[in-house]
Amino acid sequence: MSASNAPTGISRRNLLAMIGTVAGSAVSYRAMASMGLVEESTFNGPPKLEGDPKGASVLILGAGIAGMVSAMELRNAGYKVKVLEYNNRAGGRNWSIRGGDVYTELGGFTQKCEFDKGLYINPGPWRLPYNHHGILDYARRLGVRVEPFVQINYNAFVHNTQAFGGKPQRFREIQTDYLGHVSELLAKVTQQGKLDEMVSKEDEQALLASLRNLGALDRNYKYVPGEASSNRRGFQKPPGGGLDARPVYSTDITGLSDLLKSGLWRSISAGWSTEMQSTIFEPVGGMGKIGEAFGRKLADLIQYNSKVVKIHQDNKGVKVTYVDPKTDGNPRTVTADYCLCTIPLSVLSQIDLNVNPKMQAAINAVPYAAAFKVGLQFKRRFWEQDEHIYGGITYTDLPIRSIGYPNTDYFQPGKGVLLGGYTFGPDAMKFTAMAPEERVKKAVEYGSMIHPQYKEEFDNGVAVGWHRVPWTLGCAGSWTEEMRAQHYDNLCQIDNRFLVAGEHASYIPAWQEGAVTSAIDAITRLHKKVINS
Amino acid sequence: MNKMKMQGVVAAVLLSTSAVAMAAEPDAAEGKKVYTTICQGCHMPDAKGAVGAGRYPALANNPKLAAKQYPMMMIVNGSRAMPSFARMLAPDEIAAAVNYVRTHFGNHYPDVLTTAEVKAVLPQKSDYERH
Repeated sequence: MSASNAPTGISRRNLLAMIGTVAGSAVSYRAMASMGLVEESTFNGPPKLEGDPKGASVLILGAGIAGMVSAMELRNAGYKVKVLEYNNRAGGRNWSIRGGDVYTELGGFTQKCEFDKGLYINPGPWRLPYNHHGILDYARRLGVRVEPFVQINYNAFVHNTQAFGGKPQRFREIQTDYLGHVSELLAKVTQQGKLDEMVSKEDEQALLASLRNLGALDRNYKYVPGEASSNRRGFQKPPGGGLDARPVYSTDITGLSDLLKSGLWRSISAGWSTEMQSTIFEPVGGMGKIGEAFGRKLADLIQYNSKVVKIHQDNKGVKVTYVDPKTDGNPRTVTADYCLCTIPLSVLSQIDLNVNPKMQAAINAVPYAAAFKVGLQFKRRFWEQDEHIYGGITYTDLPIRSIGYPNTDYFQPGKGVLLGGYTFGPDAMKFTAMAPEERVKKAVEYGSMIHPQYKEEFDNGVAVGWHRVPWTLGCAGSWTEEMRAQHYDNLCQIDNRFLVAGEHASYIPAWQEGAVTSAIDAITRLHKKVINS
Repeated sequence: MNKMKMQGVVAAVLLSTSAVAMAAEPDAAEGKKVYTTICQGCHMPDAKGAVGAGRYPALANNPKLAAKQYPMMMIVNGSRAMPSFARMLAPDEIAAAVNYVRTHFGNHYPDVLTTAEVKAVLPQKSDYERH
């Protein structure tokens, strides 16, 4: 979405130019967007907070990932630490809804999750990319078990209601056909000498060989039915054993024009950005396991059911006033030498706070994005039993945008829970505006256009629209490059005795790694200030 | 969730081109549609807002709606956590939503916000956002 995503390497630019020449600027643009997203973590091990803080106290606001990373490290470094948390549990957006859980959103709409024991949905984050070293390190240190999260499942679907009669296509077929056609085209212009100014004679043969490899082309650089294409997109009749063993190659290759018009090529790059590349993990039993483990570790530091209404600092310390979230009554105060605030800016911008005008302007500047997730329990795991889809994601242009299959408990009898929709922007806003039971009903209606089994097998569901989540009023801070240029540094600096941390104070927005790296940066700078004061 | 950005842009483009862009003057049915499909996500079906760790202001019986420019600018520019809807809603949708809330939920302001008035304050469309 921004200039920072543009590719910089010369070789990549050349490649993109070639893709653009052959297949049009739309393809080049998507390729660019996919290739430019490089967001590896800066995490470099737990912070080394050396030196004696001499009994200094830090009040941390919020027991989400940023707050609890800070609490753990500051306690280890010898600080007196206390954490105030609005909810009656630890984790914040690190959260799983499991069978039996009750969730009341803003407006008073209450859902009781009717999932079977052990089944859950992660309304917030659900992935731990291998290169998010920080959150993975804390999960490891807390003894949270993880398992692989499948991002790309070649046997899951890509779906456009306006293409192929609305029939879902297998990811592997679309990807193979797309790469096959594009490779064939590029091979053709190469052989016609049209790339002579861009590709040396010497490189030409290697380019052709690579295109044959990339596109599963035949000896004549054609993408045709045969062993090469069938090995990737699937056979009409796969090879077997015994008398009836001979394979039949698939012949239903999608034509380039239909493929381009369908837009389904958009999904091919779903696993290409670094944070979507294998291996991705998820905690066994739900993302909430991390927050829960933190909560146990910090049990004696966290005070739950505490809604912050005022933060006041002067040269001697910080005084925070909080009330009972249920009644907004029973105001109490707590004082400390410093305050590390991880409250989302959507909420912090409404809290009485004395900081310098630039920091306040930054706190007020960031809108919060819409996001929506719905978990659907079905009477059986039909996606595995009927369609051989084991984990991964189906992509669609329907308002649910995707269907996520459970990456755990494969082949188990009994019920299963799907992520029945995961949306942002206008789609998420529309779902959020519905009553919870309406959201579930709609998600089932839409999903049944991909999996007809929905109608027969649907059991129950639970749906979360993030603008209705009482403690965040949105899913994550929605920065633009212009906003960052104006406000980001002002937000992250220490103002006297107050500073912020969280995904909103990171360049990895909406990811837990942003919360971890922001927290470590914040406490490292705070510690330096304390030691030198 | 960075990939959301691209999906969001794509979705916004689809929405803006598919909806009602050509309606002559905003009407109550259009206003109700925008309110119930978007606005009530935060401001609630009864427009009374909600209170959690932070709050969503009530639009019901809200004297700040007396000036039609106020809700218009809130929708166009956003405010604090509230996102801007300038690129998500068409000008006539914004006008219809403003007129709807200013004549419902205990609000009785007869003067009408026109689509032209909304267009006049919308930021220049960027080629990038609306291609």
